[in-house]
Amino acid sequence: MMTILIILAVLLAILTIGQLLRVFEASSKLNGGTSLLPTVAENKYQGRSMFIFMLGFFAFFIWCMVEYGPYLLPEAASEHGVLLDRLLNFNFAIITLVFVITHAILFYFAMKYAYHPERKAYYFTHSNKLELLWTIVPAIFLAVIIVYGLSAWISITDDAPEGSLTIELYPKQFDWTARYSGEDAQLGASNYNMISGTNPLGLITDGSLDQMMSELEAEIAEIKVDLESAPVDGMKQEDLTETLGKRERQLNRVRGFRSFEAANRASGNDDILVKTEFYIPVGREIDFKFRSRDVIHSAYFPHFRAQMNCVPGMVTQFHFKPTITTAQMKAKTQNDDFDYLVLCNKICGAAHYNMSIVIKVVEEDEYNAWIAEQKTFSETISPADESEETASIVSEDAISMIEE
Amino acid sequence: MISKQFLITGMTMAVIGMIMSTLFRLQLGWQGESFAILNFFLGDKWAPDGILDPNMYLALVTIHGTIMVFFLLTGGLSGTFANLLIPLQIGARDMASGFINLLSYWFFLASSVIMISSLFVETGPASGGWTVYPPLSALPQAMPGSGMGMTLWLVSMSLFVVSSLLGGLNYVVTVINLRTKGMTMTRLPLSVWALFVTAVIGVLSFPVLFSAALLLIFDRMFGTAFYLSDIHIAGEVLEATGGSPILYEHLFWFLGHPEVYIVLLPALGITSEVIATNARKPIFGYRAMIGSILAIAFLSFIVWGHHMFLTGMNPFLGSVFTFTTLLIAIPSAVKAFNYITTLWKGNVRLTPAMLFSIGMVSTFISGGVTGIILADSALDINLHDTYFVVAHFHIVMGLSAVLAMFAGVYHWFPKMYGRMMNRKMGYVHFWVTFICAYGVFFPQHFLGLAGIPRRYYTNSEFPIFDDLLGLNELVSVFAIIGAMVQFLFIFNFFYSMRRGQRATQNPWGSNTLEWTTPVEHVHGNWYGALPTVHRWPYDYSKPGKEQDFVPQDVPLEEDEMDGGEGH
Repeated sequence: MMTILIILAVLLAILTIGQLLRVFEASSKLNGGTSLLPTVAENKYQGRSMFIFMLGFFAFFIWCMVEYGPYLLPEAASEHGVLLDRLLNFNFAIITLVFVITHAILFYFAMKYAYHPERKAYYFTHSNKLELLWTIVPAIFLAVIIVYGLSAWISITDDAPEGSLTIELYPKQFDWTARYSGEDAQLGASNYNMISGTNPLGLITDGSLDQMMSELEAEIAEIKVDLESAPVDGMKQEDLTETLGKRERQLNRVRGFRSFEAANRASGNDDILVKTEFYIPVGREIDFKFRSRDVIHSAYFPHFRAQMNCVPGMVTQFHFKPTITTAQMKAKTQNDDFDYLVLCNKICGAAHYNMSIVIKVVEEDEYNAWIAEQKTFSETISPADESEETASIVSEDAISMIEE
Repeated sequence: MISKQFLITGMTMAVIGMIMSTLFRLQLGWQGESFAILNFFLGDKWAPDGILDPNMYLALVTIHGTIMVFFLLTGGLSGTFANLLIPLQIGARDMASGFINLLSYWFFLASSVIMISSLFVETGPASGGWTVYPPLSALPQAMPGSGMGMTLWLVSMSLFVVSSLLGGLNYVVTVINLRTKGMTMTRLPLSVWALFVTAVIGVLSFPVLFSAALLLIFDRMFGTAFYLSDIHIAGEVLEATGGSPILYEHLFWFLGHPEVYIVLLPALGITSEVIATNARKPIFGYRAMIGSILAIAFLSFIVWGHHMFLTGMNPFLGSVFTFTTLLIAIPSAVKAFNYITTLWKGNVRLTPAMLFSIGMVSTFISGGVTGIILADSALDINLHDTYFVVAHFHIVMGLSAVLAMFAGVYHWFPKMYGRMMNRKMGYVHFWVTFICAYGVFFPQHFLGLAGIPRRYYTNSEFPIFDDLLGLNELVSVFAIIGAMVQFLFIFNFFYSMRRGQRATQNPWGSNTLEWTTPVEHVHGNWYGALPTVHRWPYDYSKPGKEQDFVPQDVPLEEDEMDGGEGH
């Protein structure tokens, strides 16, 4: 009902405007007709409006800065971030100056030179001098901007220094997992064929290999059983055959990982996986590595002035040194609920808007204490592994005891 | 006439794209609140209880972007004005090939129809952003919009590329071959120069988009792995290996960047004509303007990587693209300064078209300067994919190019329909649009600087952005008012077509050849012989002349120099 009324109202409004226009035109014909071109009065009025718009625009700019300026990002929480903020302010100073001057002139001219029948325009076709002036002056400014910007970029994108803490941030639809390299400071080898419920990042270790192979073998056996009872040439048989093929090929690929060097296969054992929130020590260079499980995501750390796309099929990286702890930033922003966040910043699906992980920046000792508490990958993947190990140790001891 | 067909189709698509933007602005301004109008347009499936579904939100932003960039600002802008202005302004009877021209329009219409039809499929239209990066757009299991909707998007865009190429080839050949006697390249109006160079850019770059789309079709339908590797999704290991999503990005942006200049150059060309005519002054620096158009065209091919600074590509490439992108600021600046100098000591008629052109210069500068910030790879680190980027490209495209398109419509309406558009409505349309459009996009710079990412269904998920929710509301209010006033323009357009004040042959006192054709349309454009050109198109207020304009086909007097010569 409402929609019908609204549609009727809109139609009536259109008809009304149409009729008003006809009245206006009829009456203006009586007055001698409207000119095809704007009248002197219209020109004057529009010219003034242009100038007033400019004043209003500048006022709006200032209002936005006053009203919303305080809610922009707090001071940069990383070493290079401070550098970037300076670069940004430098650029803003230049472009704001250009913006204000050009707009003032543009809108002032629109008012000052508004049409008057007595006025004759100045037939000024070109001036090579002026063209050179405003080619060279911008070029000089841009040269400075380029050099300043590139020197920042080159230093930021340089390889991470020795002694950095390497952390992988692994996104998938729709969450993040942080992986620490553990005692050996090496991120363990991984492959997407190894991904399972207990091995979400697909790490390749002896333990995970065993698990993956037995899981796949069990699934293959089950499919074969189902295939026997499936009606011949039916949809079910087709689906099952296809799945069987996929699993068998996956199993072959997984078997292939066993030929990785022992050292490679062991490096993942001490890796630590963490979700929801992860800790990093302040004042230490952190070398972030990124992969992705499914689609392109992007790790955006706005407070640290850091961002890097996470692309399935390749490893990307970004390093920075955090300089302000979470506690310090809480104090600075006078907000006890403040937390540093990593946000997803590349469209990745329905919950793209709600895909984050908290970073806790803490003092070195607090970090050490925290990391010591975390479970390693080998501990989480199969507690059974551990008991097997202890069993073999016990039996060895038993044997040696007996021998003694 | 084909230009009218392109214009009406472009306007129709634009209205659809604009309504989409008001719908998602309702969600962004008043997060999670129920609006009956959302349910009215999107039904119970995509807006249950009047609340926008997150997948449909992404679909709306995707199709909004696709429609506005391609269907309005490429098809609608180039299609309308190239078909209208090129034959008339160079003094030709018709385009080089009427048949190819016809095809270019019908492919455009077919493409539009298919794009709109994709809105109605069960899994929804394409939703991976107008850039549709794989793997998101390659895998239906990644999001519903990557199902049938994405297939239709690819079909539609393939047809669109065909339309653009057909049109572009025609424009290039016509300008090169069919100029009338005396119409040397350096006597061409800047609108023709701009449309000509735009067509060249299009012919060189659109095929690359087509190849990107084709490889994506292969990945989706034929089991190839151009863009896919190492993917585990929806519980399954995908067997495609060896490809890279970055390949798609390179191919897409190789068109994508020239594309924005395909959008912008015709707008700049139109602005040159409207400003010179209405300021009653020659466009300042005609040769420099041509040079800038050529420089922008050339440079536009070597800057695409600035869309990819953070893809993980070699940082050295980032440096190269920062350098080339900042270079492109120079010819752009030259053009802006030349427009302003054209106004200086002019005698400026502030018609609606002129107001829109001045608005174009203003937004070209505003949007252009934030481009300088984004061009800097180091600064892009914290601004990439935030609202700062959204603000930048909307101000240069959604404002600058659209304002120029409006200027073109108001200015050449008398040529198209033999009547004038209503001036008072034009003024209202300009002011409300200009104020609201800046009101929508200027604040978004602040949202971006605060770190708010784009393509987010809601900005209320993270407390760090809570203080800026009010700004989202303000933006939405401006957006809705700005959208509504466009209906005034549409009313003015169609009303004036029938009942507008009748136009004279040359209502604006303009020098270019299109105003020497009779008001009623004649097949072959002129009765009798084609005009012969004796001078450049910018003899406005020339000293020693009775009137403040001298059309191009008026012979030179004894001892008179052609104003365009001798630099």
